[in-house]
Amino acid sequence: MSAQTIAAPTAPDAVATGGTKRPTPAQVFFESWRSGTAWQAVALTVMAFVFALILGAVLLVVSNPTIMGQVKYLFTAPHLFFGQAWHTISVTYAALASGSVGSWAAITETTSRAAPLIIAGLGIALSFRVGLFNIGGQGQAIWGTLLAGYVGFTLHAPIWIHIPLAIIAGVLGGAVWSGIAGFLRARFGANEVITTIMLNYVMVKLVLAILVTKPFQRPGSNNPISAPVDWSATYPRMEGTQLHLGFVLAIIAAVIVWWLLDRTKLGYQLRAVGANPSAAAAAGMNVPFVLTMTMVIAGALCGLAGAGLVLAPDIIGNPQAITPDMVGTLGFDAITVALLGRNKPVGTVLAGLLFGALNAGATAMQASSVNTPLELASVLQALIVMFVAAPMLVQTLAPFIKERRAKAAVAQDADDEPASAPVVANLVGEDAIEVAQEPSTPALATEEASAVPARAARGIPDDPLPPGAAARSGSPDDDTDTTQEGGAR
Amino acid sequence: MTQPLEPTLSATTGTSVMESVGASLEHAESPEAKGHRISMGALLAVIGLLYLWLGSATHGKASFALSQAFDPVKLPTFTLPGAGTVFVGAILCLLAAAALLIKDAPPKMRVWLNVLAGLGVVFGFMAWIAAVGHQTFQLSFQLNGTMAYATPLILGALAGVMGENAGVVNVAIEGQFLTGAFAAALVGTITHSIVAALIAGALTGVVMGVLLALFSIKYLVDQVVLGVVLNLFASGLTGFLYTQFMSTNQQRFNMAPQMSDISIPLLSRIPFFGPIIFKQTILAYLALICILIVWFLLRRTKWGLRVRAVGEHPEAAETVGINVRAIRWQAVLVGGLLAGLGGCYFTVGTTGQFVKDISSGYGFIALAALIMGRWKPGLAALMALLFGFVTNLGNQTGSVPMNPNILAALPYIVTVIAVAGFVGRVVAPKADGVNYVK
Repeated sequence: MSAQTIAAPTAPDAVATGGTKRPTPAQVFFESWRSGTAWQAVALTVMAFVFALILGAVLLVVSNPTIMGQVKYLFTAPHLFFGQAWHTISVTYAALASGSVGSWAAITETTSRAAPLIIAGLGIALSFRVGLFNIGGQGQAIWGTLLAGYVGFTLHAPIWIHIPLAIIAGVLGGAVWSGIAGFLRARFGANEVITTIMLNYVMVKLVLAILVTKPFQRPGSNNPISAPVDWSATYPRMEGTQLHLGFVLAIIAAVIVWWLLDRTKLGYQLRAVGANPSAAAAAGMNVPFVLTMTMVIAGALCGLAGAGLVLAPDIIGNPQAITPDMVGTLGFDAITVALLGRNKPVGTVLAGLLFGALNAGATAMQASSVNTPLELASVLQALIVMFVAAPMLVQTLAPFIKERRAKAAVAQDADDEPASAPVVANLVGEDAIEVAQEPSTPALATEEASAVPARAARGIPDDPLPPGAAARSGSPDDDTDTTQEGGAR
Repeated sequence: MTQPLEPTLSATTGTSVMESVGASLEHAESPEAKGHRISMGALLAVIGLLYLWLGSATHGKASFALSQAFDPVKLPTFTLPGAGTVFVGAILCLLAAAALLIKDAPPKMRVWLNVLAGLGVVFGFMAWIAAVGHQTFQLSFQLNGTMAYATPLILGALAGVMGENAGVVNVAIEGQFLTGAFAAALVGTITHSIVAALIAGALTGVVMGVLLALFSIKYLVDQVVLGVVLNLFASGLTGFLYTQFMSTNQQRFNMAPQMSDISIPLLSRIPFFGPIIFKQTILAYLALICILIVWFLLRRTKWGLRVRAVGEHPEAAETVGINVRAIRWQAVLVGGLLAGLGGCYFTVGTTGQFVKDISSGYGFIALAALIMGRWKPGLAALMALLFGFVTNLGNQTGSVPMNPNILAALPYIVTVIAVAGFVGRVVAPKADGVNYVK
């Protein structure tokens, strides 16, 4: 398993060049809008949603025995089939929309569902950036739940001490558990895929054993369930809604991860190791330390997500208790969120919100008059990620997006963070090759054209990554500043 | 034409050769190897001390039954002193630890002592279960059940071997299991035929393989992303369909026939080994045959050489005229077939009924077996058997006065230790996970 494929090709070798003033985000945005990249990106994403919803609708119809029973009257009485199909689809999707963004209550339900996904997704994204395939979010989050919950119901303190202490306990739990996998990887080269999978199973089993021990089990209960946490350890929420401290923490976590990755020495090392561990080691970086630290931070975030699960108020605003299946499939959902967010903080927040919305809407969907199974949300999530990850497929299916593609390839140079995810890298690589094969393409007429031949030349040989790396050298980028900052410290 | 590629391919095994060379030259031991050796020794010493403590807390006899009630040949039940067996395991561990910690111990002795310590740990544990739980340890049942549990793991790991040797990472084994299990239950119920169920399961695995190949080979989506998403897709799709029409009409859609054990004439009458190996379900035999087939395909055919070439160095393969994408497609589809077949185990191999997320993470264990097996069919299957063994061991601990969940967590802890200590750095096929852009 080559975990390096997930690594962000942020290419420290491109650092040496550049050095001119970095364009402001506003400039970058304007530039990408003018050249059509933004339009294309928006169109691709929208079409990915549309295709996913269409496939979901098809699935709804073909799996429904009642509707399929009408197929035999398709020619004699078509309104029976189409009427029922339309009814099922429209009611389902209307419920999906109203349950996720239809009202203030629905929107806050979305944010409350999104919060753990965003936080854990950030942790997973961080480890992916270093080339570590961390599947252990589940076990790490279980530790977060256990320890935060324990502090939550044993300690009795004012809210401004209690909540931070509970959060810290959860964060430490996740960090230590994940740190084990990181240490084993750094020290013995133990493949983190195996160790994190196994550590998940250990926790899935152990949590059942831990929750029936005396300190944890609810007095008088025979089931693996703890006492409810104190009110003073429960995240405060806006009255009557589900908007609580958890979502605020998610946003803060995203800002911290962005700052860590883009503005600190450790973040620079982290990206360097992700791009090329050998080069990073040759440059004097302590690769085992970076690997361990990455897993520790990733685990801390997953622990925070787990803490949020037990410390958040429930649907009617009451404190919760620790239950064994509280974490559910958070670890795997977080992986999908991180991947859809292209392992970047902002992307992860958006992807987390999307998944949170679909999960919130799914509950409404199930409660609607057509009783659509909850699992349709998972199918939609998977389809959306697949379409978003395969822009070429979307372009094939929706040819009208293609018009500005050649131009967009060039405009990628001006993008703030080109090729930070393999998905993007592949797209850029493909574009570069296309441009190289058709030298007379109109794209060369634009002012950015000078960057293209060099990129294409470097992009052709083998690897989809170099074009992105080369693209960075053509434009002033973040890494330059980070090096200087890092050196100054 | 393809001959010059062979040295490149053998380069993967080069590291293990290097290790043994390094071990024979004691004075040239690298600091890293030394640190590894000492940590391993310390770990074994800790296990040994733990077993000493475990032995001192063990009383009574440990009985092992060599045959089950309905076996054609009855074998005696033999009895060992419980504490003594645990102590033997402890001493073997301590000896192995000493061999690792002493600088100039001969490497061969270290290997043998490690193997003995491993056996000692396993036997000590079984003796402890038998003595503490006051029950007879069913050795024959244990080994027979091992094969049953390992069946899907072997097929899943072989699916991974096929894909990853061609350079396509398959994280979606779990998803292929799920769709295979679902299709087998559905088709098995409708047709009342095991064969039809198996074919349906295998074909749905292939369909998942088509998705994997289409998106990774044609649309160049990152393979790990894709695998994770396909798992979500399979879990969502099977769960959706199950709730939509299967759960409400179990009689019509979810009552597949169950596979029964097939005894092979004569061979199944061999004392002890007969009932273990030659009294299995058709799927278990298929899994065993598939190990040989996959090994033969990869190691003894032109096509297999091409698969490995494509997985190691696709550019080089392309220059000698191999169609990289076509070979990858073929390998992924064969892998899908195997994983889909493995998925059938969860429905027609057990209760005949599908429930949501029935494969409960076995696909990831298969992935772990594949990595621990260093992407080799035989070794990966062996690791799958090991997981089957420890999983079934959990079924024998019912009467031990201890929380069963702690015991259930033990196999996974052992795996982590084993991966860190004995497997160490593994080298994947070089182009594994790297999409090929022509």
